[in-house]
Amino acid sequence: MNAPSSPPVAGSTRVSIRNLKFYYGTHQVLQGVSLDIPAFQVTALIGPSGCGKTTLLRCLNRMHDLYPGNRYEGVIRLQPGDTDILGPGVDPIQVRMRCGMVFQKPNPFPKSIYENVAYGLRLQGMNRRRDLDERVEKALREAALWEEVKSRLHQLAHNLSGGQQQRLCIARAIATNPDVVLFDEPTSALDPIATSKIEELIVELKKRVTVIIVTHNLQQAGRISDMTAFMYLGELIEFGETNRVFTNPAKPQTEDYISGRFG
Amino acid sequence: MLPEKIIHDLERRARRRRAIDRWFGRLGMVLTLITLGILAVLLLNLAMSGLARIDWHFLTSFPSRRAAEAGILSAWVGTLLLMVVTASVAIPFGIAAGIYLEEYAPKNKWTDFIEINIANLAGVPSILYGLMALGLFVYSFRFGQSILSGGLALACLVLPIVIVATRESLRSIPATIREAAFALGATRWQAVWHHLLPYSTGGIATGVILAMSRAIGESAPLITIGALTFIAFLPPPAFLANPPFVSFEWLFSPYSALPIQMFNWVSRPGEEFHANAAAAGLVLMVITLSMNGVAILIRRRAQRNIHW
Repeated sequence: MNAPSSPPVAGSTRVSIRNLKFYYGTHQVLQGVSLDIPAFQVTALIGPSGCGKTTLLRCLNRMHDLYPGNRYEGVIRLQPGDTDILGPGVDPIQVRMRCGMVFQKPNPFPKSIYENVAYGLRLQGMNRRRDLDERVEKALREAALWEEVKSRLHQLAHNLSGGQQQRLCIARAIATNPDVVLFDEPTSALDPIATSKIEELIVELKKRVTVIIVTHNLQQAGRISDMTAFMYLGELIEFGETNRVFTNPAKPQTEDYISGRFG
Repeated sequence: MLPEKIIHDLERRARRRRAIDRWFGRLGMVLTLITLGILAVLLLNLAMSGLARIDWHFLTSFPSRRAAEAGILSAWVGTLLLMVVTASVAIPFGIAAGIYLEEYAPKNKWTDFIEINIANLAGVPSILYGLMALGLFVYSFRFGQSILSGGLALACLVLPIVIVATRESLRSIPATIREAAFALGATRWQAVWHHLLPYSTGGIATGVILAMSRAIGESAPLITIGALTFIAFLPPPAFLANPPFVSFEWLFSPYSALPIQMFNWVSRPGEEFHANAAAAGLVLMVITLSMNGVAILIRRRAQRNIHW
């Protein structure tokens, strides 16, 4: 990991994005986005389909590296350590260990509940049963899943309901104590009750990690985020405190989108 | 209300269409039964002429000039050893190539070209593999007319099957599972080793076994590279009582195999030898069918815990 500097306090910048451009082959998807994401807060990325919000999210853990023909330009700095996520000397694996991710559809491994949560820890070299037990329990508690699964940790994760599976994926992502957790429309495959549990959980999580969430659900952004970034056609149109963006948007496009005139 | 005539026409056409539908169903059933029937007759025929010949003596004797004393010891031992060589080459090479092509290789014209040609290789007549092995393994590498040459020839023959099976089973794993592993900081190899391989074991094992049961019945390439049709000794043992305890001398031994033995017996005049051939065929059939059975079991077991 990087040289430890003083950990960011709430409100200081955790991720600073400067003039980020992203290309799928020759197709430019992000048109130079600059954005400062505050630590220990929930930042929502909203905007109509195809606006680049998921693309932006997946830049933050270099997921685009997995597919050929993708190209980044610009700078993303992650605190602590002032690491340039896109820098040529930076190992995407290190970046991913610091920026966990929760996906659109719950995607637990076809292994036991325990092994799902332990996997990230094992990758980081934790092998002792006692350490693993402790961290798995802690992560499951933080994901509000412990009480439901503590008696069946060694059963298959696929026996859980969809909402439980998504909370398991959250436990898996936070078990390694990442600096940031990226949520890519985490409730779009869930029913309203499971959704509200995940939302409560996300609000709870910001006490210890920085959360960035992509959502197509404006009410969700309004309910759980502190900051909102509205994107349109690959550009950041407006960024500010969620209350302000929703009640008093500065840009006409933001107002049109929020009032449901397009999207 | 439609005019009477049109309704009448519609009904007539509907009857006609239903009739065609019914007839195709019946035709399909008859053709299926014929296919199954041929297989059943084949098995029954083998069993009737060969079953009486199968006993302990038949399995533990060398071939002989006298049909009643002849057995398939050297043939089944040869087949077994060939399979050991074939499996230990085709499985690691095939799975590794499948993993490389599916998970590592860039998708470009070159890999497209390779992909098409692997599919083509699976369709190359087996005797051509025999010719290649004769030139390459027997003469160029000087492995001689040995178990090693034969096993390698069969390995080349079934390699495409293993590669294709590996790729198919890897491809059936959703991309979200790969992304889940990568998002936690796994390397490509860790994603393969911890997740993709374990989740595709069923498909790969099935492919491997089907490949082996293809190899076990091949005779053309083995005849081309000089398997013996009459052999009255076994290859030297692989395990020794004294240090170094293992020996690889058997790899260079001459050999026979079940299909070769059958071929030999069938081509002789005399009913008794034909009965021997049928008996050897029955043994081969039982081995192949039980391998396929194992493949089905493995697939069922491995897929039991995996749903996407």
